[in-house]
Order: sequence, then C-alpha cells, then structure tokens
Amino acid sequence: MATVNVSNQMCRPYVGDTQELELEVDTVRALINELERRFPGLGPQVEESMAVAIDGVIVQDTYLEPIGPDSEVFLIPKIAGG
Amino acid sequence: MAKIHVTTKINGEDAEFLCEPQQTMLDVLRDELSLTGSKEGCGSGDCGACSIIVDGRLVCSCLMFGAEASGAEITTIEGIANGDTLHPLQQKFLEHAALQCGFCTPGVLVASKALLDANPSPTEEQARYWLAGNLCRCTGYDKIIEAVMDAAAEMRGE
Amino acid sequence: MNYLGKDVQLKVVGTRPIRPDGVEKVNGRAAFGADVAVSGMIHAKVVRSPHAHARIKSIDTSKAEAVKGVSAVITGADLPDIPSEEAFVGEGPANFREMSHNVIARGKVLYDGHAVAAVAATSAAIAEEAARLVEVEYEVLPHVISVEEAMADGAPVLHDDMFTQGVDPKPTKASNVAKRVEFKLGDSNAAFSKADVIVERQYKTQPVHQAYIEPHACVVSYNPDGQAQIWCSSQGQFMVRAFCAKLLGMDIASIRVMPLEIGGGFGGKTLVYLEPLALALSKKSGRPVKMVMSREEVFRGSGPTSGGTINVKIGATKNGRIVAAECETILQAGAFPGSPVGPACMTAFACYDLTDVTAFGYDVVSNRPKVAAYRAPGAPISTFAVESAVDELAQNLGMDPGELRLINAAKDETKAAYGPTLKNIGFVETLEAAVASQHYTSDLGEAPKGKRRGRGIASGFWFNIGGESSGATYVNEDGTVTVVSGNPDIGGSRASMGMMAAEVLGIEVERVRTIVGDTASVGYSFLTGGSRVTFATGMAVTQSAEEVRDDLCRRAALIWEIDADAVEWRDGHAHPAGENAGKFDPLSLSDIAAKSGRTGGPIAAKSSINAQGAGPGYATHICDVEVDEETGHVAVLRYTAVQDVGKAIHPAYVEGQMQGGAVQGIGWALNEEYIYNKDGRLDNPGFLDYRVPVASDLPMIETVLIEVPNPRHPFGAKGVGEVPIVPPMAAVANAISNATGLRMPNLPMSPPHVRAALDAAKA
Ligand code: FES
Ligand code: FES
Repeated sequence: MATVNVSNQMCRPYVGDTQELELEVDTVRALINELERRFPGLGPQVEESMAVAIDGVIVQDTYLEPIGPDSEVFLIPKIAGG
Repeated sequence: MAKIHVTTKINGEDAEFLCEPQQTMLDVLRDELSLTGSKEGCGSGDCGACSIIVDGRLVCSCLMFGAEASGAEITTIEGIANGDTLHPLQQKFLEHAALQCGFCTPGVLVASKALLDANPSPTEEQARYWLAGNLCRCTGYDKIIEAVMDAAAEMRGE
Repeated sequence: MNYLGKDVQLKVVGTRPIRPDGVEKVNGRAAFGADVAVSGMIHAKVVRSPHAHARIKSIDTSKAEAVKGVSAVITGADLPDIPSEEAFVGEGPANFREMSHNVIARGKVLYDGHAVAAVAATSAAIAEEAARLVEVEYEVLPHVISVEEAMADGAPVLHDDMFTQGVDPKPTKASNVAKRVEFKLGDSNAAFSKADVIVERQYKTQPVHQAYIEPHACVVSYNPDGQAQIWCSSQGQFMVRAFCAKLLGMDIASIRVMPLEIGGGFGGKTLVYLEPLALALSKKSGRPVKMVMSREEVFRGSGPTSGGTINVKIGATKNGRIVAAECETILQAGAFPGSPVGPACMTAFACYDLTDVTAFGYDVVSNRPKVAAYRAPGAPISTFAVESAVDELAQNLGMDPGELRLINAAKDETKAAYGPTLKNIGFVETLEAAVASQHYTSDLGEAPKGKRRGRGIASGFWFNIGGESSGATYVNEDGTVTVVSGNPDIGGSRASMGMMAAEVLGIEVERVRTIVGDTASVGYSFLTGGSRVTFATGMAVTQSAEEVRDDLCRRAALIWEIDADAVEWRDGHAHPAGENAGKFDPLSLSDIAAKSGRTGGPIAAKSSINAQGAGPGYATHICDVEVDEETGHVAVLRYTAVQDVGKAIHPAYVEGQMQGGAVQGIGWALNEEYIYNKDGRLDNPGFLDYRVPVASDLPMIETVLIEVPNPRHPFGAKGVGEVPIVPPMAAVANAISNATGLRMPNLPMSPPHVRAALDAAKA
C-alpha cells in the first residue's frame, strides 16, 4: 500500500486533520480517483492545482505515472518557474 | 515640418535618406534604412545596444540625430564583417559562447571593435571599463571579456 | 533509452560547438521583437496611469481619434469582460480576469504605469502624440506601496472582493492579503528547546526587475476572416496564443504565433502585455499593428519580482546540528495576487536535512505593477534570509560556514522541508567542491587602507520542472537533419537540442540545424521557463531522433533485404548487426536519405510528451568583497559558482547560465531596487537610476560544474537556469559581514546603506 501524505494546506479543506493515508493505488489516475471518492472535491484540486511527489520524483500532471506498492506519495502545490 | 535630406556613408557604401529633424540616428537606421541590427534597449544612452561608430568614435545612435550623419562615415554591426568573413571579434564571440539571447551582442561587438581600433592590447580592466556602457543581462560579461581578449590577441598575431 | 553508463562514449554531448543561430546574432540579422515589419503595418502606443490608485471616472478619446493618421483607439471597454478563471501559468496560479485587467484597466487603475488606453496610428510619433490627447478623468484614491502599509489596519483596499485564502475561519472583511500558505514538518516550536544557540532576525528585500535588455514588442495582424497572426518575442509562443485567445474570446486555432528571437526574459516574458492590445487595435483598425515598449514602460508596466519581509529563526546544538527552523515570508504581489510566496516557503530550507521546520507566508497586494516570474521565483528572497541566518549561526558557533552547511546538508533520502523525500541530488557534492576549492582555501590578501575584505558562502535550491513538450526530427534529402523545438531559445537551447539529436544519430552536430517552430508547425510546448527546456524538450527531441534512427535501420534492412532486427546503428551508419546478418557495406545517413522515396517516403518523427521528474538543482556560491569604509561601496573581488547540473549538454552555455544568474544576484544584492515617491510614482524607471551590474563592476565569474546525473533524462540533464540566482544575495551579505562584522539584513546593500550601517556601528 502506498503511503499518501495529504498534510499540505491545499488539502486541508477536504481532509481536515488527516495527515497520511494508506492507499491501494498504482497510478496517479487511480490516486486522484481514490482521493475524490474519500474526500469529494480533493480529486479536482489535486488534478488542477497540485503536484504529486512519488518517491521524491515530482510529477505535475500525468495520469499514467506509476505508483509502487511501497511508494511514498506527497501532495504539494504545483511548481512553475521563470 | 520638412524632412531633411542627408547623404552619408554607411558601412563603406554611399547612403542617403530623408529624416525628420528630431529623428534619432537609431530610428533612421532601423526604420528608414532597414538596418535593424542596431537595437533599442533604452533610448536614453544607458544600455549601448544601439552602438555605432561615427568617424572613428563610438556613439549611442539613440542619442544622435539622423541629420548629424551628414557627411560622416558610419559603421554599424552590419558592416563589421569583411564580406563573407567574420571579424575576429564575431568569430571569438561564437567560439566563447559570449552571447546568450544575443540582443546586446551587436552593440557589444561594435563597442569592442571601437576598443580594439583604439587600443589593440587592452588589459582586462581596460576592456571592462570600455564596455561598461554596454549592458548585458544574460552573460555576467565573463565570456564577453574572454572573447574580446582572445580576439585582441589573435588580431595582434599572438 | 538512456546514455548514462560509464561505458557510454558520448561524442557530441559535453562538447562546445558553435550554436546554430550564432552567426545571425553576431552580424545583426537575427530578428527580435521590434525587428519585423508587415505590409500595411501601423504603430500603437499605450496610455498609462500617472496615479498609483484611482477610479477612472471617464475616458474621452475623441481628441485622439481626431488626430490625422490615427486609425483606432481602444480602452478597457474594447476587450471582452471575461469571467474569473484560475489557470496555472508562468509562476503559479493566475486568473484570466485579473490578467485582462492588468493588460488594460477597467474601473480602477491600480499602479503608476497601469495601461488605460491604446492608440494606433500611421507612425509611432503620431500614436504617441495622440496618446497624450486621450483624456482620462481620475478620482485619486489613497494608495499603499509597502507590505506593511498594505497589511495595516484601515489600509486602502485594492480589491473589495478579495478575502484572504488559507486562513480559518474565512475572513468576512476584504483585505490586501490574498492568501496565507504554510509548510510544516514536525514541531519546530517545541524543538527550539533542544537548541543551544538560536539566531533570529528580520530581513527585507526590494522588488527587482528582470531587466532583459529587449523591451516587449510585437506585430499583430488580425484579418477580416477572424484569423490572426502574431509575431513577438516571448518565452512561449503557445503561451501567447493561449492567453490572447482567452483575453480576446477567440479560438486557439484562429491565432498563429511566430516566435521571434527573444532578447532575454528571465521569467518576465512568461506573460502577455502588448499582444492582446495590439490584437484589439488590429481588429478595430483593420491594419496590422506594431507595438514596442519603451524602457520606462518596461519598468513601470511589466512585472518585477516581489520585494519581501522575511522573519527567520534557526536553532542549533553546540556541535552545529540544526534542530529547529522557522521562516515567515511576506511578499508583495503587486496590484493583483500571485506573488511566488509558495515556492519561497518551500525552498527556504530545502538545502537542509531538518526534522522540525515551519515555513509560512503571505501574498499581499499593493499599488505596484503585478509581479512576474523571475528566475527561481521566490527562492532568492527567502534564501537570502535563511542563508544569512545560517551564516550568523556559524559565527555564533565559531564554526566554518561551509562546515556547518555540510553537517546539515540535504542528501539522498532526506525528507525535504516541503514534504517529499529527495533523490539523486548533488548538494553535498557542491558544498564539498566549494569548501575544497582553491578559491575557498585561498588567502584573502591584504586590503588597502580604508578598505576591508571578507569572504562569504551561501547555498541555494530550485525544484526545476518538466512538462508538456514537443520536438521533431526531419532527415533532409541530402542526409542533413532539421530539428524543430517547441520552445523559444533564450540562452542557446537550439544548440543543446541539436547536440542531443546529433548524438543519437551519430553524426556531426554541424549537420543538424535546429529551429524554433511556430504554433502551427510543431506540437504544443509549455513555455520556456522553470529551467525545463533542455530537460523536457530535450527529451522530446531525443525521442524523435531515436525514432528516426530506428526508422533508418528499417530502411537499411529493406535495402539489404534482411530483418530490421539484424541492423544496428553506429557512428551515423547502419551496419549489419553481426556475422549472421550478412555482409554489407555500412550505409550512411546520406545513403539512406537518398533512397527515402523508394523505402517508404520522407524520414521524419515527431514527439510530444509530458516530461516528469526534473531533478532539483543545488548550488553553492563563494564571494570575496572589499568594502570601502568611507563610501560604503562594495566591490566584488572574486566569485565562484558551484552547481549540480546533472549533465552539461553544452558546458559553455551551462557556465553562461551560472555566470549570468550569479551576476543578476549580485545586482539584486548591491544596487537594484524600485524606488517610489510619496505619490506612489516610480522614481527610477530607467537604466541610469535602476542600476544593473556593468562589466567594470565585476570580476570573472568562476564556475565549477558538478554532474550528478538525473536518471529521468536520457543524458542525465537537470535544469540549470534558475538556481544560480538563489545564493548570491546571501553570499555577498555574508562576505560583507565577514569583512566588517556587520550583518546587513536589508537589500540592496548599496553604498548609502552600507555607509549608514558602518556609521551606526561606529557610533
Ligand atoms: S538604446 Fe541607445 S543606449 Fe540604449
Ligand atoms: S546576451 Fe542577452 S543581453 Fe547580452
């Protein structure tokens, strides 16, 4: 089961005080669906405004990025740059 | 107001144009003569992107009236190379990656040419002070100075 | 596939060929934003607000319209009123309604320089004269410039529909605070009890402009059939297309954007200013319209980056282990929300391996131009404060500041202060190289009388991004190759794109010519920014070259009448893969290109990807200064930038990024600032008074390239363009502190400020 950290402030309106979840998800798409199922509204929030760090690698917005069974997944704000 | 008729020599060729009395040489070059190699970065003499050589002197063309070109001999970036052969400065700028965006480059090259025309063996410090009127926001000047020094050495036959 | 192993012999990547667009840039023929002309073109100028904050009571354009030669005048009423819609753009979330209101004011002007109208005429001089005849009646309102003023009780509010986001409970009163952000790991508050030494201080930075030498410029041609063409210099032709379509209510397919050469951007050209106005004017006048900003307009009307107030507190044990850290960052957003406060907080402590850390911040609007991205947006601001504090900590502990950083440095498997666990990072390597460098270990030398010398060191972090990117590789009939990149080239990326393609194809780089495609000739690419092009678009180009290479093998197989599997590509030639494949003379790329018609048609491949996993960038800079006690002038004597670049594709352009970024940081540290008078007008909108570094201010900028490859990129590249601007301000401040014993918490450290600090210390 992947460990999904939802402690970022951008998740708070949806997850309240929940910090971490154990989720059975194998792609970013599955992660978004599962988050939306548990916390309605969080799915689009993650999809539109957040990035997902999977084992330290930041992926901004690709459904198909794999998530391993023991992956650490962190939700953070999307990054841009100059 | 009537336009002024000006005859001059630009990059070794006779040139003539009509200009408004208040029109700058930079605007004349860019708008009347289609010589857009000289750039406008400020229009106030502070960036050097518009540098040209007038009768052997380095000038900000944004601070010169077009009418002042009458009877002068002018060199712009378009006249630095010798036909198909790049000027050593141009070649060294390429080899040293002395340009990133390339917008300051025409002005820096013209100013560097004026430097080497006046002083074939500048020290690094002299080159830095000479080029202090040419702003480059991309390179940090490092590779520009390297290229100028290297071109100077090559032109001296070293 | 990747080309990372020790046994992989690279022939092109890592060398320093001349860039393909070089000659045109040294002979003056390259066309930048202001260099194009289109048949029938007219010229337009913008009317800008002289007030920092005012209600627009009326605009009378009749006198301007009556001027001979004027073909069209527009005001805010000529652009559609669009709904509030968030999108992710240059430096973070933006709102198209606000973008539209920034491009041309509606109802209120919010800063000195805010566009209120635009006039198109047969010449720029007539447009300028007519622009002066546009009569705007204002009701001047009280204004706020600094964040302190903007956050004060009873401050004039810029947007009466703006309520602070990210606070609980939701405020019921509108304010100038757009949002609060917070990042937290562990419990910093409690952890301070474990500290033997605590440093705490407030720092301030000023807004600084990207100050690209080329002012914004465009030509726009709107045709009666509803199709428009835009020629402009920007950091993204697709960005310009998308934003113009949104702001004008047009289809994306109706707009074609031709990217011209761009004379510097640094983040400042990730937005539109002129293009939507030129589009509206072209539509109204029926003529192509050219618009070019003056330098003054660039300063007054386009984005600088935020100034900020940063409160930092760091606690460490006697032996130098940081046990707790906190940082509050308040950033000016300008007239509309969207300062880079999020990344400022996330990057503040990203160099260190910490368990208990809190970073929070506020995005605050005030009557200044809306900020735009500037190299590693936000990071230099918070990092200036944190890296100054780390230096102060080292002083208090009596430790070498490099050593202190090494003790606390983030490494692989460190849980970053902003959340995720770090991988494949090269921060420790940069620190070790810096500390061991000839520069760091050299003697500072004796200062002349009346001067003092000092050395400072500071580090920095930037995420780097990937994203949607397109590239294509075409084999020409004679065996030369054309590569198309979807990204404007602001620092030599055409060279690196061509080099990666040449490496894959095994040919000399001179046989590859790379161009930047327009929006109708290459797939979508996110803009040039975030240090992403060599990484992400480089991946797309590499993939397209690999497809071409595989196709070349198939063509050779067809010619030889053997299995495609039995052909391998080596040194620019197809070879039979082994003894069993048969005996054939190798076929060169040119041989195969000559037969392309007979073997299936043109040889070409396009690749459009969404690249992920850009490796983060770390840098450590060393700076020596000499402080003149009498004048307060600070001279930089020596400067070294050490950076993890993953893999330098073209090392000279990587060095160039490091040198240019470091020097912009030196300018930020020592001189650059926006100066407003009491009426809220910008007092220094020109290069004479807004002083960027010049050649005589600087020494050579030494560079040390550390290569810890990014396994997500075929050649290991990481973004390199942004992190070099992160460490310099603290490196300079720390050097001044080392020289004088004075901590300079406020930027810029210009002669009057340094002099005042020296005098205060003496008194
Ligand atoms: S344009 Fe002439 S000096 Fe800047
Ligand atoms: S190379 Fe861009 S300004 Fe000099």
